[in-house]
Amino acid sequence: MPQALEGSQAIARAVALCQPQVVAAYPITPQTHIVEHIASLVADGRLRCELVSVESEFSAASVVLGAACAGSRAYTATASQGILLMSEVLFNISGLRVPLVMTCANRAVSAPLSIWNDQQDSMAVRDAGWIQLYCADNQEAVDTTIQAFRIAERCELPVMVCVDGFTLTHTLEPLELPSQDMVDGFLPPYRFVRALDPLAPISMGTLVGPEYFTEVRQMHHEALLAAEKEIVAAAADWSAACGRELAPLVRADGPPEARIGILTLGSVFGTLQDARERFADTPVRLLHLRSFRPFPVEALRAACQGLSELVVLERALAPGADGIVGTEVRSALMGIDGAPRVHNFAVGLGGRDVPLSIYPRLLAAIHEPHPRMGTIDIDPRYLPPKARATGETPP
Amino acid sequence: MIEVRIHGRGGQGNVVAAYVLATAAIDQGHFAQAFPAFGAERRGAPVAAFVRLANAPIRRRCQVVNPAFVIVQDETLTASPDTLEGLRPEGAVIMNSERDGQGLSAAFACTVYAIPATRLSLEALGRPMPNMALLAAFLALTGLLPITGLKDALGLRFGGDVLARNLTLIDQVVAATPAGLWKERADAAGA
Repeated sequence: MPQALEGSQAIARAVALCQPQVVAAYPITPQTHIVEHIASLVADGRLRCELVSVESEFSAASVVLGAACAGSRAYTATASQGILLMSEVLFNISGLRVPLVMTCANRAVSAPLSIWNDQQDSMAVRDAGWIQLYCADNQEAVDTTIQAFRIAERCELPVMVCVDGFTLTHTLEPLELPSQDMVDGFLPPYRFVRALDPLAPISMGTLVGPEYFTEVRQMHHEALLAAEKEIVAAAADWSAACGRELAPLVRADGPPEARIGILTLGSVFGTLQDARERFADTPVRLLHLRSFRPFPVEALRAACQGLSELVVLERALAPGADGIVGTEVRSALMGIDGAPRVHNFAVGLGGRDVPLSIYPRLLAAIHEPHPRMGTIDIDPRYLPPKARATGETPP
Repeated sequence: MIEVRIHGRGGQGNVVAAYVLATAAIDQGHFAQAFPAFGAERRGAPVAAFVRLANAPIRRRCQVVNPAFVIVQDETLTASPDTLEGLRPEGAVIMNSERDGQGLSAAFACTVYAIPATRLSLEALGRPMPNMALLAAFLALTGLLPITGLKDALGLRFGGDVLARNLTLIDQVVAATPAGLWKERADAAGA
């Protein structure tokens, strides 16, 4: 029976079903509701958990790192500036191969200051060595949160569950929450084999000389690549338990004869599905890249079979370079027979609405030469006066 | 699918109204979605919230640009062209106003039903909280959901005296509203 829940509330309930022993977080829009809901579950005695109020995101990440090392299942959530303040600790968590789950309520990064949604924050830490899973809707956010704990604990890697801020976190809709039994059957109790134990002391985070460093880094890289199997297994097992179909790495939706594809990460996916129905003249395959780290090269190639044109939509910018996701997609498809041409656009930065009408513009844009990545939803009215006529942004 | 846009000012319960309406629809077995378009979050600042009601899962997450119905919690917001922008031709507006609906309809060149929701809420609740009076009028006019659904959804969020006074206010508004006056509009919008 679906319940009417705000995305944040549903994510909090999903976290509670995984029974973390330690939660630490610092409030930041649009993540705050998640931790507020967890706090009220703890206050109401519905979740037995050490809830640590900290003075910054740096401390939030440090507390959950310490907690997980000490043998507790731990969780945190943040966004935007918060994730940047955490960034040093994020590398430590993954480098120490500590399992943790964090929700990133995706938000733009300042400056210009914006509280609204894009994905610049999680993209800024894409190389932090975390698994990154992007959610297309709130049901996926619930299901992914639960899977994330199992993936993290089996791989000894932290998992970032990326959920579009406001667009998902602040949307109320009908959602299915699993029973405690269902989650318990899927997620065994947390056991960290390297947990700190005064009776068998070890050191963590020590200085590593050049003789070991390269090997440790390579092992981290391989662990991320190998995590693909656990992501697939978690989705299959959770799907069998909850009865919902889940695409673990790349979701492809659309006819096999489609020659045009559009790839997104996150909540724009559903809007594009509706837009495709409204502008139904061309068969289009929509792709949702759920797993960005590890980057699922084989699954992506399979999902792109038969496409001659692929539009990659970015919700972030790499100023001075091509698109972040587009570049990786292009590289993954490079050299395979009949690889599609990749068109790369940013859209919906800093909370700009992504309307249904973006869809025909994307389909039209593939007929024009685009040597470099660009932002497709520039509104000339908001450019400096001299640039309004041409629509070209001045340096 | 029926799309509704709520305009008000921070502190008037715009998001609560959107959430309560969507919750009522979901608990009645429909599909619904509600979300805010916050500006900077402070009392008095213009706030919009969106509700979609449907009989199938709702996939789109863009803002509502062509609402079938607009609920205006603060009449002064009509000074901004955004407030009534994009209203569908068969659509209509419920406005919190002491003025007469016919005069407002003429002034804004669309169908406006006026209800003095601030005054009614001051009388019933002791606070200027127009949201539930407007929602009650909306559901009475359109017949989209039974009023009991609205009351149940409100009961999930509030209790005690606040709930009791709001339930009385809802009954009072429903009794004074022509039931089903906009049923054809709602049917046309949902088709």
